[in-house]
Amino acid sequence: MINFTHVFSSSRLAKTLATILMSVSIVSVSNAEPFVFTAIPDQDETQLKQRFGKVATYLEKTLKVEVKYVPVKSYTSAVTAFRNNQVQLAWFGGLSGVQARRLVPDSTAIAQGVEDQFFKSYIIANHTTQLQRQETLSDQLANMTFTFGSKGSTSGRLMPEFYLREHFKQSPDKLFKSVGFSGDHSRTIALVQSGAYQLGAVNYKVWDKGLADGKIDTSKVSIIWETPDYPDYQWTIRGDVDAKWGTGFSQQVKQALLDIKDPEILNAFPREGFVPAANSDYQPILNTAKSIGIID
Amino acid sequence: MPPVPLLKPDSFSRFQSTGVQKLSLSLLLVAIACLLLADTSINTSEPWQEISRIGLGMLTPTILSAPELFSSLATTLAFALLGVSVSALLGMLLAHLFEWRVVRVVSAFIRSIHELFWALLFLQVFGLSTLTGLLAIIIPYTGIFAKVYAETLEESDQTAYQLLPPQTGRWSSHLYARLMTALPQLIHYTQYRLECGIRSSSVLGFIGLPTLGFHLESYFKQGYYSEAAGVLYLFIAVVALMRFWAKRRFIMPLLIMSILWLPFQTVVNTDLILRFFGHDILPSPLRQYGLSSIEGWQQTLSWSITLWNEQALIGSWNTLILTQIALVGSGITALLLYPLISPLFFTRKKRVAGHLFLVILRSIPELILAFIILLITGPSMIPAIFALSWHNGAIIAHLIGRYTEIIKLRVDSPKGGNLYVYEVTPRIYKPFLAFLFYRWEVILRESAILGILGLHTLGFFIDSAFEELRFDRALFLILITALLNILVDSISRTIRHRLRLSTNPNVQSREI
Repeated sequence: MINFTHVFSSSRLAKTLATILMSVSIVSVSNAEPFVFTAIPDQDETQLKQRFGKVATYLEKTLKVEVKYVPVKSYTSAVTAFRNNQVQLAWFGGLSGVQARRLVPDSTAIAQGVEDQFFKSYIIANHTTQLQRQETLSDQLANMTFTFGSKGSTSGRLMPEFYLREHFKQSPDKLFKSVGFSGDHSRTIALVQSGAYQLGAVNYKVWDKGLADGKIDTSKVSIIWETPDYPDYQWTIRGDVDAKWGTGFSQQVKQALLDIKDPEILNAFPREGFVPAANSDYQPILNTAKSIGIID
Repeated sequence: MPPVPLLKPDSFSRFQSTGVQKLSLSLLLVAIACLLLADTSINTSEPWQEISRIGLGMLTPTILSAPELFSSLATTLAFALLGVSVSALLGMLLAHLFEWRVVRVVSAFIRSIHELFWALLFLQVFGLSTLTGLLAIIIPYTGIFAKVYAETLEESDQTAYQLLPPQTGRWSSHLYARLMTALPQLIHYTQYRLECGIRSSSVLGFIGLPTLGFHLESYFKQGYYSEAAGVLYLFIAVVALMRFWAKRRFIMPLLIMSILWLPFQTVVNTDLILRFFGHDILPSPLRQYGLSSIEGWQQTLSWSITLWNEQALIGSWNTLILTQIALVGSGITALLLYPLISPLFFTRKKRVAGHLFLVILRSIPELILAFIILLITGPSMIPAIFALSWHNGAIIAHLIGRYTEIIKLRVDSPKGGNLYVYEVTPRIYKPFLAFLFYRWEVILRESAILGILGLHTLGFFIDSAFEELRFDRALFLILITALLNILVDSISRTIRHRLRLSTNPNVQSREI
């Protein structure tokens, strides 16, 4: 069998070129590279900066290495940065974590929030729809306008889409009058609250926090259904960090995350605390993504 | 093929060529037909709370972190200046070879892919780096320059070129006999392209490059409208004041400053390049079964057919419908707005306001225009139609408005409405159509990036493919987009030639 990659990489020219380019790049990079992490931009960026700035300080103190948080603009760029080793640790959603670990074979999910073991999404509606909260999805949803969050979001797209398909036996495109992708959870709430879209799917944590912060006008927008539980957010680390920062480094990172007790950091997520996680915890997410055709 | 009848000698100075009328009428009819096919429903909602917050934000602009903002302004300008300069040189090179079909096709291909999609492709290979930003501008802009330069050269006075002795070398004859005669128009166009470059460079921030769009998108998306307004006004000021800073004698210092400003230590990782070309963009069945397996190729065929049926076909259809409506929408907008900056209609003072209005309209990214309209009308094709029409209409209005500056009127020319309807508009109508045809492609490209509205255009599917990290699908759909663009380009080229549309206005008043 011809391996395409091999044909290319065996070319001597490519190798020589690579050596030259690498040596050029090494000059500009200092020898003590920081340990870098990122997170999917699932909501208000200012909150993300505040949240992960604290995590960076904490990790730096605990791990005794330089730790840096880099913000990214999209779910894909979080996964790509992780794949290209520009970041070694990431706070992923269920789906982006699965995507990332498929692309980086030795990477592992090391910790998740207590709540992430039983995560859920809300379907929310503008008050003009006159829909009430119910145990099952109402048939009145058909032919309304609907917005998901980001295309790559677990709680804003994957799981809500899965349950909608399961209940109505058709794709959201066919079910609804139109289907938009707002980009993130905060925007979904704003769009449904203003009535631009009649319905939306949103991460329950972002909704609850918005409610607590008084950012949601419940006379305009309310929950009409909640999904069953599923596993979501988790910390994922690359397999090659031990080679770079010393044996047991990934274990130290894991322990450091599990040991976070500072309520200020935890509230910023918001999570009660972190518990151990494993790749196999996310098998249901992978299966769902395959069943709705997001992953081959 | 029947011979094309010779035009009567005075037909150049007449606008009432039936061809132009027929063309305008058929574009209008096609757009109306498309409008009937499109989803143009308005879902009344309660947007005013959000709209008033946006309005309040626009009235109270804030600059949150000045150093950060000015740093991204510098990056925006550096990308634009370097990107546009390099592509102008490359484009000029290609323009001289434009009679070669392969050059035309390659140019049409590279400019058919939106800057954002080029950037998303390079992001996989070079990460968020200077190289990614520059290439995302240089590649499509080279294609655009090649075409526009070539057509400007064709339209310019050919007398000198034809009088050259036959043994004159190819490049020297191009340089001295063609380039020099067209130089003023070429410079004028390049200056205008720099403005487009600043816009493109800013928009690259939407996917994470540290330009102004980065902050604009974040603030706007999160509802920090005062902060968004601060960024937007800064951007508008830079564009509006271009005639003061984008001068020929400042260009070299600005370019040097740009090179010094941008961080160039991009780590070129050959593994990433090889992985991208040798793995990521191969159709998934081929990756699975290997290149030498018959099964893999059979699966690839059915993979392509599925993709074609489920995404490419419906995507192309929606893209074309939206494009045709927005094309006519842009035309109407442009014809209504161009007098605002024309000295034939308004005094200098009023024209300043007109210029400012047009700068604002064309500087607000379509995505933001679309979002505001979405709040009011709800999701349908309407926000996309208006956003594309206003944005592109404002650009064409700017171009033809500027052209009216060199029109000389007769002493007994009509005034006001009559002047507009019977004199100036007819005179600028052919260049107007020529500009509109240039924008045809642009609109086609831009209709791709309005995914928030849930419109299933080709761009929506391409964006989804990137989001699902399926670069094989993204590339397949990008190729379809490119073919569509090449088709539109060849149609517009044919029409332009047949109707002798030129971006040069009919300047002289007719002698009696």
